[in-house]
Amino acid sequence: MTLRLIPALLAALALAVPLSLLAGQVWIDPLAPAARNALPILIELRLPRAVLALLVGGGLGAAGAAMQGYLRNPLADPGLFGIAPMAALGAVLSFWTGYAAQGWLLPLFALAGGALGMALLALIAGRTGGVALFTLAGMMIASLAGALTSLAISLSPNPFALSEIVTWLMGALADRGWPDVLVALPPTLAGLLVLWRAGPALDALTLGESAARSLGVDPARLLWLMVAGVGLVVGAGVAVAGIIGFVGLVVPHLVRPFTDRRPSALLLPSALAGALLLLVADCLCRILPLAGGELRLGIALSLIGAPFFLRLLLAMRREIA
Amino acid sequence: MLATKQVTVAVRLEAITTTLRPGEVTAICGPNGAGKSTLLACLAGLHAPTEGVVLLDGHPVATLPPLARARAIGFLPQDGAVAWDVTVETLVRLGRLPHRAGPKADAAAVRAAMAALDLEGFAARPVSALSGGERARALLARVLAGEPRWILADEPLASLDLAHQLALLARFRVLAGSGAGVVLVLHDLAQAMNHADRVLILDEGRLVADGPPETTLTPSMIGEVWGLDGHWLGESGARALAFSPAGSALTGHR
Repeated sequence: MTLRLIPALLAALALAVPLSLLAGQVWIDPLAPAARNALPILIELRLPRAVLALLVGGGLGAAGAAMQGYLRNPLADPGLFGIAPMAALGAVLSFWTGYAAQGWLLPLFALAGGALGMALLALIAGRTGGVALFTLAGMMIASLAGALTSLAISLSPNPFALSEIVTWLMGALADRGWPDVLVALPPTLAGLLVLWRAGPALDALTLGESAARSLGVDPARLLWLMVAGVGLVVGAGVAVAGIIGFVGLVVPHLVRPFTDRRPSALLLPSALAGALLLLVADCLCRILPLAGGELRLGIALSLIGAPFFLRLLLAMRREIA
Repeated sequence: MLATKQVTVAVRLEAITTTLRPGEVTAICGPNGAGKSTLLACLAGLHAPTEGVVLLDGHPVATLPPLARARAIGFLPQDGAVAWDVTVETLVRLGRLPHRAGPKADAAAVRAAMAALDLEGFAARPVSALSGGERARALLARVLAGEPRWILADEPLASLDLAHQLALLARFRVLAGSGAGVVLVLHDLAQAMNHADRVLILDEGRLVADGPPETTLTPSMIGEVWGLDGHWLGESGARALAFSPAGSALTGHR
């Protein structure tokens, strides 16, 4: 069924990308594109934004699928590793210190924060390769990063920085441009490649840790692939878009019934579906009228994601009962 | 040959030296906590001994490339976990992961493994819809699909009814007959007596007996290791273990 799922997702993307370029506060008529500054809007505003939505969504979708496979748990999410909060902390520090005023420094701070998170994770849990220790280390790093972020907010040097930080943390793709694409593209593609390489080992983990090792999986190598793959993808995503939740959790669930349920078979469709979800959600954020600007993408996705999560929990409760 | 030389695992195993031969069914027996699973994991190259070495055809298992080791030694763990509700065919195909033989060879091996365990009709069935016996067969088919020269199984008969136990033991016999080395951790001493060519008895981490079942699983050894007063009934190949009521509890053990 995977073979039909991927063309279907590609077709949906082929349809959604051009449509998303036309939609926004200024609706562009494809038959009269010259009117109303259509070309600059398309090339300088909407095209980079669409590319970013595809990159961030695709990365989060694939990272979510890989995490669920790695932890053998359908409730796992790329946020569990604590890399996203660390990247967010990096970005917050760039606001705090004022370096964010230079636009290109913010994503670099975020990438550095993400890299620090990856290094911490590898340092604490890297030797053993045990999944449980790894998850706990990730949760510890996440809560530490969260606390430091809150500290930075409470010690914010001026109200302007405070509001910048809070708004940025909500996650959005508004006002992003080609420089952001340049920041996000290389790490996201590299991360996706690394996750792809982890695919067979994730499949073997379906049978549990000892069976996977008997099939030739090296747990330490897999851990490195996961830290590097998820770290690159999530770090790049946070660097350009802030915290975007639920994509990594929800998308693999939506896609799984249409695959043979092997983690590796889930990676590509989850990337495509994540890209589609973020593109459509961002487009809706742009169109929906909201006093004082547009709906923040991170908020919108959490609004969609929370009820979905609840539904998932209820379904699991039914299964247990 | 799969051999251990002075294999020691801190607290669990003490200087185990033995050589297992292909074409034989070897049973590892012993009370709970004797180190059976640890020894099996050492043999499979999944547990590094504190001291000593495990040799596969003369080469230390620990230094074999993981994929080469995986192609040579198939391991069936005790828990039988399957994290995702895959179909039987997808499950069996996981056994091909260490191979780089191409899709044709993979498909042939998967078909052969499913046929060997009478799973042809189950290819498209999700694992969650299998009975315990069907599931155990599917998990073993996964091991067979890898076409290993050695098959190491940790309590493969646990949770199976008697008919399925006998069917699985017959399958292990066929595999040994075709030249594979089969090593099973068994709790049921009668199954070991009737179906193994060779029995290793472990007690508190020490190898206390190693040889044909008739000479190792003697009533005196059973008394010494398990603390049971048992005796064998029936003919060779169809023996049953009977216990005298007074000695059947763990009284008088050491």
